[in-house]
Amino acid sequence: MDSPALLCESLVKVYPPDVRAVDGLDLEVPRGECFGLLGPNGAGKTTTVEICEGLLEPTSGRVEILGRRWADAGRALRLRIGVSLQETRLPEKASALETARLFRSFYDDGLEPLEVLREVGLESKADAWVGKLSGGQKRRLEIACALVGRPELLFLDEPTTGLDPQARRQLWEVIRRLRAEGRTVLLTTHYMDEAEQLCDRVAIIDKGRVIALGSPEELIGALGGDRVLEVVLDGPAPPPDESFWRERVQDVCEARVDGDRALLSVNRPHIAIPSLLEAIAAAGRSLEDLKTRHATLEDVFLKLTGRTLEGESR
Amino acid sequence: MRWQAFRELLLDRLRQFHREPEVIFWVYLFPLLLIAGLGVAFSEDGPKPVLVRVVADSPERTAELARQLASPEIETETAGLDQLDRAGMGGRWDLTIVARDGGVEYRLDPQQPESRLARELADRALQQSQGRVDPVSTTTVAEVRPGSRYIDWVIPGLLGLNILGSSMWGVGFTLVDLRIRKVLKRLSATPMRHGDFLLALLASRMLFLALEVVAILAFGRLVFHMPIVGDPLSIAGLCFLGACSFSAISLLTGARADKLETVTGLMNAIQVPMWIASGVFFSADRFPPVVQPLIQLLPLTQLNNGLRAILLEGHNLLDEAAAVGVLSAWGIVCFAAALRLFRWQ
Ligand SMILES: Nc1ncnc2c1ncn2[C@@H]1O[C@H](COP(=O)(O)OP(=O)(O)OP(=O)(O)O)[C@@H](O)[C@H]1O
Ligand SMILES: [Mg+2]
Repeated sequence: MDSPALLCESLVKVYPPDVRAVDGLDLEVPRGECFGLLGPNGAGKTTTVEICEGLLEPTSGRVEILGRRWADAGRALRLRIGVSLQETRLPEKASALETARLFRSFYDDGLEPLEVLREVGLESKADAWVGKLSGGQKRRLEIACALVGRPELLFLDEPTTGLDPQARRQLWEVIRRLRAEGRTVLLTTHYMDEAEQLCDRVAIIDKGRVIALGSPEELIGALGGDRVLEVVLDGPAPPPDESFWRERVQDVCEARVDGDRALLSVNRPHIAIPSLLEAIAAAGRSLEDLKTRHATLEDVFLKLTGRTLEGESR
Repeated sequence: MRWQAFRELLLDRLRQFHREPEVIFWVYLFPLLLIAGLGVAFSEDGPKPVLVRVVADSPERTAELARQLASPEIETETAGLDQLDRAGMGGRWDLTIVARDGGVEYRLDPQQPESRLARELADRALQQSQGRVDPVSTTTVAEVRPGSRYIDWVIPGLLGLNILGSSMWGVGFTLVDLRIRKVLKRLSATPMRHGDFLLALLASRMLFLALEVVAILAFGRLVFHMPIVGDPLSIAGLCFLGACSFSAISLLTGARADKLETVTGLMNAIQVPMWIASGVFFSADRFPPVVQPLIQLLPLTQLNNGLRAILLEGHNLLDEAAAVGVLSAWGIVCFAAALRLFRWQ
């Protein structure tokens, strides 16, 4: 039981002719952890996950799942993991229950099909054909199919994309329960709040590499301030550059300018804000808008790359 | 427990198929409509008389010739000399008789068997009406061989055609569709045994095959009174072998393709030559001898030959070694190649 649930060493995946989708990636996920891969579009998350799932061959590097390699233990490993791909369109002319039953039949041991539908909140749609389910309901059915074999290790590629807020929170509950049972979950997501709520640790990925690794609190804490002031000034002139904010406003650990906004990381807003107002007045400008919020993983990514997570990785 | 996955996969295939009303139409109803259409177009009520056009310079002479020709096997129409060349070729008649001084002239297209027959019948009628007495006395007894009608001949060909078509669509197209939807990829991420999946796909084909065969043969038997003299085991055996062979070809077609256009194009490239050359609507013997060895190697040719021999002539499967051999060879080679090339994603 001491081998990690997942181990990747210097993983590289090159798509011909020369797309380095994964570019020397190391990961170690201990058992029982909920681990998140975070990154913009094209960062290499899906590629990484599919290599771990044994669906893609890496160009080079090593993968161990539950202490074993895909080449030695293909089916034995498949019995112990659950997978939900980023994009699958399940056959349309079977009902949700029939689909769950089909997937259940592949595993020696697992949950009752109806039970797993209840788990993802789909029991009222048990008899509806897959083709007649809404996008979010289909997504939940795919998750149900990933859960039905009671996997020790679960891979979820963007499990909550397209779900409504209630369904997302319902799925978070499912994932928390799995973790409470000692199972390991590896998920990818674009939602910062999801990663912060759910994951023990996250890896932020950009251009096929891990650029930050740690618990969400650690990563946010490393920004130097856990509150963010978003400042928008009046008039067409752009906001002053970063050194202005760092030097003239008290308590600013980190300052970035993103379009017409200035983002200031601070620890104590009650000290920062009065001095901010003074500095602006002294510079002959006036305030249009001021917001304060908690720092998020988004700010971590912005600090590390100068880009937002919504953009493209390359 | 071991067969649970196979059972569920098979059930899933059956559901996906029979819950698609269009499929039911194209696989079951369309072939029956085709048979009905051909049956109506080519059904004959007794032998048709030959049509002879009689041409002379006076109405009295044409009427006299027509009277001399009168017989149940000959139908006459008359025309004046002025119409002789204007009508040209391509008339509906099989033969033109032109009255000449002291005799008649036969005009016909010697390429047409009907025309040559018309000349013989007309000549005999004319000679006998003028007093010729044949030295040998003859009588004719009608003896109709069962299964000799075109409809009897074409139904086994349509059966072969249908086995080809439904195997191609049922296997190759289905696979590519599942690959595009990433269902194959999703399945290969489960502990599902790949063999179970392929076996279920083939087994579902065979179940539908049984329905197709029964539907077509029952329709032919009940509606067109087609004779079925072969034993059921040989019929079933050859249909099964044909379906296995075509399924293997289809598996190979769909082994790698990841676009519906690719697989549809490949399927047409395979099927269309066989529709034409394999003796579905007209006999494969019509092609020149140089291409015969090739045509005889086509699986559909062999399936059709075998089906006709078994259904209409009462052969059994063991008599049809050529069909069994060629179909098995295609099946084994394509299946082996498909397994090597197969791509789950
Ligand atoms: N089959 C493929 N052939 C060529 N390039 C590919 C292929 N699949 C992915 N890529 C490229 O590899 C890179 C990483 O893609 P990947 O799907 O892993 O990104 P991702 O992080 O999952 O993005 P997203 O958030 O959009 O799902 C992208 O630049 C993509 O264009
Ligand atoms: Mg992805």
